[in-house]
Amino acid sequence: MRQIEIAIVGGGPAGLAAALNASKLGAQVILIDRNDYLGGQLIKQTHRFFGSKQQRASERGIDIALELANEVMANEKIEVLTEATALGHYEDGVLLVEQAGKIMAIKPERFIVATGGAEKTLLFPNNDLPGVYGAGAVQTLVNVFGVKPGKRVLMVGAGNIGVIVSYQLLQAGVEVAAIIEGAPRIGAYWVHAAKVVRAGVPIYTRHTILRAEGEGEVKGAVIAQLDDNWQPIPGTEREIEADVICLSVGLTPLTELLWQAGCQMTFVPELGGNVPFRNEQLETSVPGLYVAGDVSGIEEASAAMMEGALAGINAAASLGYTSDTLTADRQNVLDQLAGLRSGPVGEKIRKGLAQCSL
Amino acid sequence: MLSQNGIPTAEEVTSVLPPAERLTKGPVAIAECFQNIPCDPCYHSCKQGAIQEFNDINERPQINFDKCNGCGSCMSRCPGLAIFVVDATYSDNEALVKIPYEFLPLPEVGEIVTAINRGGQAVAEAKVIKVQNTKVQDRTVIVWLAVPKEQMMEVRHFRVKEVR
Ligand SMILES: Cc1cc2nc3c(=O)[nH]c(=O)nc-3n(C[C@H](O)[C@H](O)[C@H](O)COP(=O)(O)OP(=O)(O)OC[C@H]3O[C@@H](n4cnc5c(N)ncnc54)[C@H](O)[C@@H]3O)c2cc1C
Ligand code: SF4
Ligand code: SF4
Repeated sequence: MRQIEIAIVGGGPAGLAAALNASKLGAQVILIDRNDYLGGQLIKQTHRFFGSKQQRASERGIDIALELANEVMANEKIEVLTEATALGHYEDGVLLVEQAGKIMAIKPERFIVATGGAEKTLLFPNNDLPGVYGAGAVQTLVNVFGVKPGKRVLMVGAGNIGVIVSYQLLQAGVEVAAIIEGAPRIGAYWVHAAKVVRAGVPIYTRHTILRAEGEGEVKGAVIAQLDDNWQPIPGTEREIEADVICLSVGLTPLTELLWQAGCQMTFVPELGGNVPFRNEQLETSVPGLYVAGDVSGIEEASAAMMEGALAGINAAASLGYTSDTLTADRQNVLDQLAGLRSGPVGEKIRKGLAQCSL
Repeated sequence: MLSQNGIPTAEEVTSVLPPAERLTKGPVAIAECFQNIPCDPCYHSCKQGAIQEFNDINERPQINFDKCNGCGSCMSRCPGLAIFVVDATYSDNEALVKIPYEFLPLPEVGEIVTAINRGGQAVAEAKVIKVQNTKVQDRTVIVWLAVPKEQMMEVRHFRVKEVR
C-alpha cells in the first residue's frame, strides 16, 4: 500500500492547479488521470478563453493546459500517474487505482476529487443511429485527432459548448446546417453566437429535434418549433439534411467517487446534477476529502483552476504546511472567484452554490 | 435579436458606434460586445488607454473614441472576435473594415472576397488590402477589407470565393 500526503484524482485544470498549489506549500502529491495526457477538457479547447487576464483570459485552452501540465511534470513533489483510473474509494480511506492492468492501493492523508463532468444525452427516436455524437466526442475527433465526423452537422444545444464546437467544426471545413435550442434564449455568450451566425450558421431558439432520419446511419433530422410549454407546435416540423447530429445538452458532475466515500450529496439543477455539500475550504462532509472544478458543479475552466488552487492550498494547510502569504493567497483566490461569479451570467452558479454549502 | 438568433438589432449596433464626426478623422475601433460577461482582455490590450478600466469584470467595454487610434491591438485579444476597426477616410467611396478572422485558407492581398453582414448574408464584394498575422496575434488574423462606404457598418465577415 502506497502512503502519500495528498492524492488528487483528475488532471484537468482543477487537478493541475490543486497539485501545483499543494506542492508549493511543501506537500507530497500523487496526481492520477485516466487519460494518457494531462489537461482534461482544456486539451480540446483551441479557442481563446474568456475571463480575467489574471486567469489567463484570451489565451487558448490548449496552451494553458500544456503550460500547467509541463509545470506539474517538472515538479519533484508531484508524482503523475497517467492512464490510471481511480476505481473506488473505501471506508478506510483507501483509493484503488488501475494502471496498465495492475491494481494499486493508495492511502492518502488528504484526498482531492477533480474528476470533472460527463456529457448528458437526449432522448429521441433513432438516437442510437451511427452519426449521433456528443459534442465532446466531436470536439475530440476534430481538435485532438484531426478527424472530421462527417460533412454536414446539425448541432443540438446553443450553450457555449454547442456554439464553440460549431465554430470549430467550421474551422475544420465541416458544414454546420443549423444550431437548434429548446430554450427561448441562446445560452452561449452572445459574442460567440454572433461569430458563428455571421459565418453562416443559423441559430433557431425554441426548436427541438423530433427524430433522427436514416437507416444504418444518420441522413437527417426532423426538427420542430416549441410552444411556451416546450411542446412541439404541429405543422412546424421540417427536415434538415445532415450526416451528423451533435448533442450539446450540458454536462453533469462525475461524482461516483464522492458517493462511494459517503459524501453528503444533493441534486442542484443549476450545477448540472448531484453535487457534494462543501464548505468554503471546499472540504466535503467527509473530513479530509476536498472537491474542485466541474465535479463540484459544472462551471468553467477559470473557476476550476481557482477552485483547484483553493483545494490544494487548504488540503496542504490542514496537514500543517504554511507560508508567509498563505492567508493572503487564499483570500486573493476567494476574491477572484467571487468576482467571476458576480455578474448576471454567474447568477445561476450563485443560486446553485447557495444550495450546497456546509 | 441577439438573445434569440445571435444577430444584434440596429439599435444595439447604433449604441456602440462612434459619432459621425469621429469617423471623418480616421480609423477607430467598435466593440460589438452587448452582454455583461466576465471578460476583460480588451481593456488590458489597449496601450492608448482608450478602453475604460473595468471596475467589475462583468462590465461592457466602453471605448473612448478620441483616444482610440484604430491600431487594432485589441482585436486579436478579444475571445469573442467582437471588435472591429472601421476607417471611413480610406477613399472617396470606399471604407476600410478590419476583420478578425480564424479560418483557412487565408485570402491574399488584392484578392476579391465576398463581404458578409452580421446575419451571414453576402452584401458586397470587397478587396483585401492587408493580412496581418504576427506572432503576438497568436493565430487570430486581421484582414483589412476595402468595402463600399455605405456598407462599412454592415460588413463584419467575409468568404473566400473559392478554395485554391
Ligand atoms: C467545448 C467547450 C468549451 C469550453 N470553453 C470554455 C471557455 O471558453 N472558458 C472556460 O473557462 N471554460 C470553458 N470550458 C469548460 C472547461 O473546459 C471545464 O469547465 C474545465 O475543463 C473543468 O475542469 P476540471 O478540471 O474540473 O475537469 P476536466 O477538465 O473535465 O478534467 C477532469 C479529468 O479527470 C479525469 N478523470 C475523471 N474520472 C477519473 C477517474 N475515475 N480516474 C482517473 N481520472 C479521472 C478525466 O480524464 C479528466 O482528465 C469549455 C468546455 C467545453 C467542453
Ligand atoms: S484599436 Fe488600438 S487604440 Fe483603439 S481601442 Fe483598440 S487597442 Fe485601443
Ligand atoms: S475582450 Fe471582447 S468579449 Fe471580452 S469584454 Fe472585451 S469586447 Fe467583450
